[in-house]
Amino acid sequence: MTAYISKRLIGMIPLLFGITIISFGMMHLAPGEPSVVGQEFNPKVSVEDIERLRSYYGLDKPLYEQYWQWLSRLAVLDFGQSFSADGRAVLDKVAERIPVTLSINILAMLFIILIAIPIGVASAVRRDSWFDKGMTLFVFIGFAIPSFWLGLLLMIGLGVNLNWLPVSGLHDYSWQQMGFWQQQLDLLEHLLLPVFVSAIGGLAGMSRFMRTGMLDVIRADYITTARAMGVPEGTIRYRLALKNAVLPIITLLGLSIPGLIGGSVIVEQLFSLPGMGLLFFEAVMARDYPLVMGITVIGAVLTLLGNLIADIAYAWADPRIRHGATS
Amino acid sequence: MSAGMIPATANAPGSLQRLLAHPLILIGGTIVATVALLAVLAPWIAPYDPTNIDVSVILMPPSWQHWCGTDTLGRDIFSRMLYGARVSLAVGFVAVGISLLIGLMLGAVAGYAGGRTDAMLMRATDMVLCFPTFFLILAVIAFLEPSIWNIMIVIGLTSWMGVARLVRAEFLSLRQREFIHAAQGLGVSPIRMMWRYLLPNAMGPVLVSAVLGIAGAVLVESGLSFLGLGVQPPDPSWGNILTEGKDNIQIAWWMSMFPGLAILITVLGYNLLGEGLRDYFDPKLRS
Repeated sequence: MTAYISKRLIGMIPLLFGITIISFGMMHLAPGEPSVVGQEFNPKVSVEDIERLRSYYGLDKPLYEQYWQWLSRLAVLDFGQSFSADGRAVLDKVAERIPVTLSINILAMLFIILIAIPIGVASAVRRDSWFDKGMTLFVFIGFAIPSFWLGLLLMIGLGVNLNWLPVSGLHDYSWQQMGFWQQQLDLLEHLLLPVFVSAIGGLAGMSRFMRTGMLDVIRADYITTARAMGVPEGTIRYRLALKNAVLPIITLLGLSIPGLIGGSVIVEQLFSLPGMGLLFFEAVMARDYPLVMGITVIGAVLTLLGNLIADIAYAWADPRIRHGATS
Repeated sequence: MSAGMIPATANAPGSLQRLLAHPLILIGGTIVATVALLAVLAPWIAPYDPTNIDVSVILMPPSWQHWCGTDTLGRDIFSRMLYGARVSLAVGFVAVGISLLIGLMLGAVAGYAGGRTDAMLMRATDMVLCFPTFFLILAVIAFLEPSIWNIMIVIGLTSWMGVARLVRAEFLSLRQREFIHAAQGLGVSPIRMMWRYLLPNAMGPVLVSAVLGIAGAVLVESGLSFLGLGVQPPDPSWGNILTEGKDNIQIAWWMSMFPGLAILITVLGYNLLGEGLRDYFDPKLRS
């Protein structure tokens, strides 16, 4: 197991290089120099200031040297300073936003697992029943519905008309006056809609995948053998079949991470949540290059880590890998 | 396995009937064809000019004069949606065209060459696959100025991975088949081999993933427009009508409702068509 993890960690190194190259290339793709954009007509920015910025970002040097400089700063976690008025370090700005994005995405994943697996299993077991057909319809709609539109409808329905749930932000105005448990409840109410909206696409995909997997497993030889041996149907379905059908779900969860992280831009913008996605959107609109590049790299690293965790979980759950058989 | 049968079955007499007999293909195809037709005919069937401002009919709810109501500038939302359909159609087809081109080339080379080339190309594919591409798309479009062309190109450049993997897998398995060995024995050149023998036999799954890819591109474009990085007002797109709908959510539900429905139905159409085609090309799954 340790050997497996270290092998995977080493395998991440070329991926990290690739990610930095893409992010670096992105900045140089943009027309005009980052140090000059938006400053041309700013009387407070003198020619010397621009020159200083140019040399800080090494823009006066050849491209490969610039990349190397940027990379060696990254190695010590120096993502540079934001171009915005506060001029704070990129890493600090991102660090205070990450918890919001992570908690929404982790909650969304938990929600997906808790709902999609039972739905998929029930659809497979009761194949072609009304339940199965209804769920198939749900899956197709879940795939096709634009998440921001679903969010808007839920805001109109549950937020504005019924006034059941808050529609924006993380806290109520009276947050400061609340007791501890009241605060937690308030936070939960604010997160409910964003988590559901983030989860909807994954929910549809995952329950479909679970259904197919379960149907495949049920047809396998060892299940037929178990039936022939007179093992009760409940044990066959929920102990023998489920175990094998759940395994691929772990990989799929890992693959859904980029979508979730990317989707957080839309969800956070829609519900005005102060997360990494909203920060990215603001940075993009303000052409805050260091911040944009920093978030891209951090987002990609988070995705890689998520995939790594999924693979480790898979290896841990699959006895064939756990016991050292190499594929 | 069944992939080798595709040319034979697809050209068999009565196959169009078989195609249309499939419920998913029929429903999905009808939706897709209708939306495409409405988009193409928009200038002739739109009841109003989509950018014409008329202050006397600001924020009217749906009525016989304005089927989907009017917006804050009195523009007819139904007409704007018809023109918005053109954006979706164009972005979907061009973006998928680009991703097919890249995916086919990389997948074909990887699958045909095998060995180290294959390993390297697939490594690169995996890398792009675990990149939060929406971040990349957003940043590139914002830096390069939002325009429909940039959107098509960027979506195309970031969505070829599925096709590449698919084509590679098909080529790898086809390469072991006897008719390929026979062709190799006859001295057929690699380019001709790919173009004439391998590609046609891998076309089924590629077509399925292309149709599903259009659905994805339509969703991404609407998301970008919603964020204000897509088609720029006053030109209409489904996403940017929704953005204006969001700002007037409390007083004008119709501005949010109808464009969203249009996206949902269109994407659903492509998905149904794709699923139907998958079923059609791979009867093994039908069981």
